[in-house]
Amino acid sequence: MATAVMPEQRTNYLNAEHGVKSWLLTTDHKRIALLYMVSVTFFFFIGGIYALLIRLELLTPAGDLVQADTYNRLFSGHGIVMVFFFLIPVVPAILGNFLVPIMIGAKDLAFPRINLLSWYLYIIAGGLMVHVILTGGVDTGWTFYTPYSTAFASPKVVEAGLAAFINGFSSIFTGLNFIVTIHRMRAPGMTWSRLPLFIWANYATSLIMVLGTPVIAITLVLLVLERVFHLGIFDPKLGGDPLLFQHLFWFYSHPAVYIMILPSMGIISELIACFSRKRIFGFQFVALSSVAIAVLGFLVWAHHMFVAGMSVYAALIFSFLTFFIGVPSAIKVFNWTATMYKGSVTYETPMLYAFGFIGLFTIGGLTGLFLATLGIDIHVTDTYFVVAHFHYVMVGGVVMAYLGGLHFWWPKITGRMYPEGMGKLAALIGFIGFNLTFFPQFILGYVGMPRRYYQYPPEFQMLNVLSTAGATILGVGYLFPLVYLIWSLKYGEIAGDNPWNAAGLEWKTTSPPPTFNFHEDPVVDFEAYNYDELKDIPDER
Amino acid sequence: MGNTPFWPESASNWAPGVDGLYIFLVLVSLVMCVLIFGAVAFLSAKYRRKPGVEPVPIEGSHLLEITWSVLPMFFFFAFFLGGALIYFHERTPPQGATEVYVVAKQWMWKLEHPEGQREINTLHVPLGQDVKLIMTSMDVIHSFYIPAFRIKQDVLPGRYSILWFRATQPGTYHLFCAEYCGTQHSGMIGSIIVQSPAEYQTWLNGGSSNTPLAQTGEKAFAELGCVTCHRADAQGRGPVLTGIYGKAVSLEDGRSVMVDENYLRESILDPGAKVVSGYKPVMPTFQGIISEEQLAALVAYVKSLTPAAGAPGSAVAQSDTTPKSGK
Repeated sequence: MATAVMPEQRTNYLNAEHGVKSWLLTTDHKRIALLYMVSVTFFFFIGGIYALLIRLELLTPAGDLVQADTYNRLFSGHGIVMVFFFLIPVVPAILGNFLVPIMIGAKDLAFPRINLLSWYLYIIAGGLMVHVILTGGVDTGWTFYTPYSTAFASPKVVEAGLAAFINGFSSIFTGLNFIVTIHRMRAPGMTWSRLPLFIWANYATSLIMVLGTPVIAITLVLLVLERVFHLGIFDPKLGGDPLLFQHLFWFYSHPAVYIMILPSMGIISELIACFSRKRIFGFQFVALSSVAIAVLGFLVWAHHMFVAGMSVYAALIFSFLTFFIGVPSAIKVFNWTATMYKGSVTYETPMLYAFGFIGLFTIGGLTGLFLATLGIDIHVTDTYFVVAHFHYVMVGGVVMAYLGGLHFWWPKITGRMYPEGMGKLAALIGFIGFNLTFFPQFILGYVGMPRRYYQYPPEFQMLNVLSTAGATILGVGYLFPLVYLIWSLKYGEIAGDNPWNAAGLEWKTTSPPPTFNFHEDPVVDFEAYNYDELKDIPDER
Repeated sequence: MGNTPFWPESASNWAPGVDGLYIFLVLVSLVMCVLIFGAVAFLSAKYRRKPGVEPVPIEGSHLLEITWSVLPMFFFFAFFLGGALIYFHERTPPQGATEVYVVAKQWMWKLEHPEGQREINTLHVPLGQDVKLIMTSMDVIHSFYIPAFRIKQDVLPGRYSILWFRATQPGTYHLFCAEYCGTQHSGMIGSIIVQSPAEYQTWLNGGSSNTPLAQTGEKAFAELGCVTCHRADAQGRGPVLTGIYGKAVSLEDGRSVMVDENYLRESILDPGAKVVSGYKPVMPTFQGIISEEQLAALVAYVKSLTPAAGAPGSAVAQSDTTPKSGK
């Protein structure tokens, strides 16, 4: 199989057309995925520069590197850029866009032009956000809490809100496209029970995108109405209720956490199956747990508001429901682990990232239980404990999975292999750097350091220094893959069509795939992860 | 303030319970981490690829799935129960607590004791006595957080938020604003000074002669003309306020409402919102006319008309009695 024609000599989606116009006006889901890859990576590094400046300021207790107002713009910019312009689109819009049609045996997404529109909306929103950054920034935090955001705050709130609003439509269109595609465009024989878990995860994610995102759009419109026209919605001075904003905001923004993590879980299922050479243990349970998370995710939003002044009984109910969402997440972790039982495990870079994901997500998930526990949450909410928790889940989890997936599908996307040794090293550096950055923050939070402080009492310094030191290592762990992956575009080993001898339709076409994905229309007569039928393991590469 | 770098001081009635529950969760989490990471390490090592050894296709096991779905639920329920008990207790202020009125603004804490002592960014409290804070904000949302007491409560504009504690260790502890509130958010900090009751009394008696808060409220009650309608003898156009605090009153529309700090506040600022049955909505609003401090004094005065007034002794004091909810 790997002895096939050199990809360069064969027409594929990369060399089918040339010129800037062929990229900017493309409707090929794979090219759009690459457009997203470039733009999302750009925003990741903007957000990363913010993070670096935040960590540098926190190296000393005094507020000495930047002014208080500047610091407030740094963490707000970091949050808005990372959440809306990196974490939410990173897996669905890049890997999802590239893989969803191929994995189900379709030629493209159901609405290729809407897919391109999604990217343009992302770019317009991103451009607006860059404008906000360059003209002074915004200091509301990514949470835009009222009445601070409507009656006070820096002047760019409306523009930042508009950027998030427009970006929301990019999400909604992507979600809509995936739902219709997965329902209507599966290849003959690709039944729901044969759908890969990455598809199940993206399907569940799309449901949240389509059902949840409009709520944040409405909320941001209300916020702008109050800020610009002084309509009393959230500000008590105008007759509004500030808690209403928090309810609406978290009604989207809690499920949004699952928009970020669910597709990542889908990646991990693919990686563990491939590098254990086995069907995922408890396939149905892993598939349906994605749907369970999507549904339960809508019922727990007010756990962000236990100290906000909600009624006692509401808090009790939301605490209780929050524990239930731990069950489907735990099911996934247990099944991934059990998949290795009697498998044939190898330790290529993607698998190392999958191990890293299990490690970070488990810690992130377990500390979520602390926050669901009312008595403990009262003490640690709005402290660094929360900061550590959500970075473990959203950053540790999502970035580990994204990088794992990127390495795994890199040969399919580009036709070339990444350098394996460097890949392993980067995975290790990233894992160590991440833990060194964020684990001390759990302790810092329990000791009582509030978040969003640019100066702090001296007894918090030691843990902050550790965290900043870790952040520099983490920065290397994230920059390193950027360097060698770009290098591999020209110098990487030519990949075969299926370098991992992996199951799944995406490995049955050429690398890189042709514009319409398959040379012949695929027919599916096998189950997902049929590794027992792929026994001849090639020894080359 | 001798916090250790790894563990906070513990100086209130809440600290032992919260710490105990936290340690329990840490232990359970550690066991889970050892089990999961151990299983990943063990399985990935034992079943690493070996020449000639084929992977065995395994579908899964319903028994295992049910076990590892149901088993964690027992732990989850224990966590929920432990946390809920602490929380419910935290939201139920006891009778007879010392009541301190707190007004938060960008970027300072203003505190007023019932005896009339005023403080800024520092709060003196007596050791071993229940202290109840009745808090509001003049601008944005703040949050009153004392890590050594393991307690925190957001302070919202337009309503009272309640927090209570009993200090158990003399000393000076951090007070932080925990809800982001603008430029000087990290400067909106202060100290909680816990003193023995005798020292506290000495501190209260020191300084200039203060007028007790309720007395200030009584004066305002007369000056603002409240007294012309809210007479002591049931002949006035407004309800008699004696003994009203902590009781339920019936409204015109047949509902009843508990008279707590938030209801008193609402009735002064938005008198038409929840009119007591049998009275006409004739009271003018005092929104924009009186300051938060005067409002606190009036509320303290009305409460002083109920002998042995403490908190209503129910969780309702904390509930959603927002200003608009009654319309």
